[in-house]
Amino acid sequence: MVDATDTEISTLWATPETLLSQIWHWLENVCDPEVPVLSVLDLGVVRQVTLQHPQYSMRSSVEERLPVSATITPTVVPIVIVHITPTYTGCPAMNMIAANIRLELLAHGLKNVQVLEVLSPPWTTDWMSAAGRQKLLAYGIAPPQSKARLDKMLFSDIPVPCPQCGSNDTELISEFGSTACKSLHRCLACREPFDAFKCH
Amino acid sequence: MQQYLLHLADNSLILGHRMSEWCGHGPALEIDMAMTNISLDLIGQARNMYQYAARVEGLGKTEDDLAYLRDVPEFRNVLLVEQPNGDFASTIARHFLFDAYHYFFLQKLCASNDEQLAAMAEKSLKEVAYHLRWTSEWVIRLGDGTAESKEKIQAAFHDLWSFRGELLIPASYEIEAAKQGYGVDLLSIKNEVDQKIFEVLDAATLTRPTDGWMQSGGKVGRHSEHLGFILAEMQFLQRAYPNATW
Repeated sequence: MVDATDTEISTLWATPETLLSQIWHWLENVCDPEVPVLSVLDLGVVRQVTLQHPQYSMRSSVEERLPVSATITPTVVPIVIVHITPTYTGCPAMNMIAANIRLELLAHGLKNVQVLEVLSPPWTTDWMSAAGRQKLLAYGIAPPQSKARLDKMLFSDIPVPCPQCGSNDTELISEFGSTACKSLHRCLACREPFDAFKCH
Repeated sequence: MQQYLLHLADNSLILGHRMSEWCGHGPALEIDMAMTNISLDLIGQARNMYQYAARVEGLGKTEDDLAYLRDVPEFRNVLLVEQPNGDFASTIARHFLFDAYHYFFLQKLCASNDEQLAAMAEKSLKEVAYHLRWTSEWVIRLGDGTAESKEKIQAAFHDLWSFRGELLIPASYEIEAAKQGYGVDLLSIKNEVDQKIFEVLDAATLTRPTDGWMQSGGKVGRHSEHLGFILAEMQFLQRAYPNATW
């Protein structure tokens, strides 16, 4: 987090579009407290950002981060509303993520930030970015596998490749790992235990 | 609708609390973690429901008021979820009986005409799919395990069988909820729930207890003595130090 100077703020707020795309950019700095290599954008937890201002209201969803154009020179600090969705209902990291988003934007001079939690559509590992999957793997956590696993109700046996040595010769130790979003595995080739991000 | 939401929230909260009692006592580290993970999911689900219930009620209450400041007769959870943990086998049997109901219940609740309820159901269903798989596997492992584990899980099912009925017998607010389209017609999931339970019991080489007289009352606030002890522990802080916050 950096403290923005007044000049920086005024240039960034030259137009609402620049501010909005800046906000998406700044959110890259907010990490998941439990998997610190992933940003909240890698995870797909941020769904939408909205700016509310007496002279305009502008919204951009995660699919199209750049909004339609409209030129205006804001004189009033807009309200920023960030919609986030929990990975798991009881995920204790959500409060911290919301607080960190608020702090990050505050450091850039945005004083009025609301973080709202939305449940629908429910979060899925499909929303995790390709970069996020790579970062997970490099960090030693196997990225989420294909969806098919969820349909197998009993003793599902699709191997999760070891993030350390890449071997497919691994076994599941427990479907409930160190955090709500991970399961615990063991590699039979390199004998290392590892976490895998659950497919959801 | 208020009663309906409280019923769903109370089921998850009380069962979540029961599971959390295992924290630090699980038979193995991985099992301990699984049980606390499941507990976390359930308490998270309960929080969403309480927040919504407080909003629907419109009296300015919070989720904490509903969880911490109601007494036994105001709780609407089924009797099954408040039953003591007992040994590992009876915790698994209790949770499995609930999961088998919960999974198919949530599947139907996704079609609720209430947007918020449908969203919560859709979210919870993904988590409960894991719970059901986990408890199913343990029922099979214990049933098809050693003579001792089989004896224990079989005894647990016999003890808990009479609490199974209440899950599928609707209270008046559930009949109303189904009629209004925001709730689930419990009769419509009965076959699937039974089939799941029987299928897992068969795979576990366990004997299916016979359906006899079934316990009821929890849904309308007539609870076993166990709920009072749960609340005494869970609500202690708010009762002793009103309005305490972190």
